[in-house]
Amino acid sequence: MIELDGLTKRFGAKTAVDNLSFQVKPGLVTGFLGPNGAGKSTTMRMMLDLDNPTSGAVRIYGKRYRELREPLKHVGALLDAKAMHGGRSAYNNLLCLAQSNGIPQRRVAEVLDLVGLAPVARKKSKGFSLGMGQRLGIASALLGDPQILMFDEPVNGLDPEGILWIRNLMKGLAAEGRTIFVSSHLMSEMALTADHLIVIGQGRLLADTSMADFIHQNSRSFVRMRSPQLEQLKDVLHEAGIAPVGVPDGGALEIDGVGAEQLGELAARHRIVLHELSPQRASLEEAFMRMTADSVEYHAHAPGAPGAAIDNPARPADVPAWGAGFDAADSTRKGGR
Amino acid sequence: MAFSAVLTSEWTKIRTVASTSWTLATALLVTVAMGAGLCAVVNATFDTMPESQQIAFDPTQMSFSGMLFGQVAVLIFGAMVVGSEYSTGMIRSSLAAVPARGALLLGKLTVATALALVVGLATGFLSFFLGQALLGEHSTTLGEENVLRAVIGVGLYMALLAVFAMGVSMMLRNTAAAISILISFVLILPIVLSLVDATRKIAFYLPNQAGSAIMQTVSSPAVTSDAPYGPWGGLGIMVLWVAAAVLGGYLVLSRRDA
Repeated sequence: MIELDGLTKRFGAKTAVDNLSFQVKPGLVTGFLGPNGAGKSTTMRMMLDLDNPTSGAVRIYGKRYRELREPLKHVGALLDAKAMHGGRSAYNNLLCLAQSNGIPQRRVAEVLDLVGLAPVARKKSKGFSLGMGQRLGIASALLGDPQILMFDEPVNGLDPEGILWIRNLMKGLAAEGRTIFVSSHLMSEMALTADHLIVIGQGRLLADTSMADFIHQNSRSFVRMRSPQLEQLKDVLHEAGIAPVGVPDGGALEIDGVGAEQLGELAARHRIVLHELSPQRASLEEAFMRMTADSVEYHAHAPGAPGAAIDNPARPADVPAWGAGFDAADSTRKGGR
Repeated sequence: MAFSAVLTSEWTKIRTVASTSWTLATALLVTVAMGAGLCAVVNATFDTMPESQQIAFDPTQMSFSGMLFGQVAVLIFGAMVVGSEYSTGMIRSSLAAVPARGALLLGKLTVATALALVVGLATGFLSFFLGQALLGEHSTTLGEENVLRAVIGVGLYMALLAVFAMGVSMMLRNTAAAISILISFVLILPIVLSLVDATRKIAFYLPNQAGSAIMQTVSSPAVTSDAPYGPWGGLGIMVLWVAAAVLGGYLVLSRRDA
């Protein structure tokens, strides 16, 4: 169990994390979602007491991270793959971390084997690919067999096989009753792994909801109809009291709230030829973009009109530059370290 | 968290990077070799030296003259032990594992200082015996007054210099910046200050100038009239510098974001 209480971090005039309060519960994979620069990494660094909050606090089982005895046995974290000494072998990088927390030496070989790095255990980690570095970071997180695991963008740099592996690993760890907190900027990735979802934009909490609820609330379903007799079809629908919600392009209609069966039967009764009759579901990615685009609009008055996108979430091209405003600030911060 | 665990961990860190062995080996070899070379030259040209220099001649200190360059390697050692944690990003893993800043810093300092002390003592004794062998009839022995203190002083001096470098590096969190500043401070600033009478007295209070007094055995008129402290007093001044650097490093480590 991790609790954040009014966590705030300012860098000069910029507020990276703004009064963030939420809980991360055991037995679940909690996804931490936000566009680049939303404050995810800063939040995670504050959870580990690496960065000092401007105000607010993080409690891990009621304690500050600094108060944990042998913290690696409680919390394992992958913050970035490069948090290792490149001149040291993978084995020795993990060994010195293990020794500081009284973790037996054999555990080092175990976790290296678990992440598939056993063959390169004695190689210097500076020669590692991004994916191998990521695996080494995951190995270091698993070192103390902790109840809480935090992963910052764990699929970055992993190949498809590696992505599948980390997904299953996280699910397996959660099934053992552990607390899994994983950040991503990809909704599609979260949809596949997370049970619970915390969304932030510009450091603010935008959503704290179960994945199922998020899907239920945010994925608009509709039926797309296409016909060479478009005007006739419109009339028929009008007579039946059905108003199309959208007319996206070239003669297609989008109808909300009426099933495809009913619409098909209606068209057949009036002998209208249909070229398409397809149930559609707006993707979660689009729902997420809408959500974060709102936060950009609200705070930064981004050029363009994101309002249009809210009317029609099926067209992500309408959503202007979500998160684009803070990419620059984010890279400055990251480059500065 | 047991402090012994932190020590074990820091020992693993320091012994598993290449920079440790090459910097310390360089410190030892350069000091011994340069000292030996100069001793051989002095032995050959002793009679041509001015009488005042002959009277003030300190054969022990002469055999340590390689320290002038050897100490640079010690500074680099100290700067890299700390700086590499920042340049590689390892510091975040280190602090996640040992979030108590004081324990981490103390563990790192203890291990690196002990290592520098051992290498420093080896450097002192090797330089001394090789230097004396080459000084011929102008040589001295360990049994002479103050000589053993001076030889052990080489170890103390090198250990303190390493701690000083670690403290400065912890404040700057950057190996290259730390090395530049340390070299300017230890090698260049004393020379610059000594050029002018008005600032010469200030140079006495620089860490390496003050600390070097421990490696001298002869209280020549030149030495006693100029430096306002003895060997241990000088070392004490260096200890104050080192303590200030470590305190500064601790404050940066505990206050700033990693």
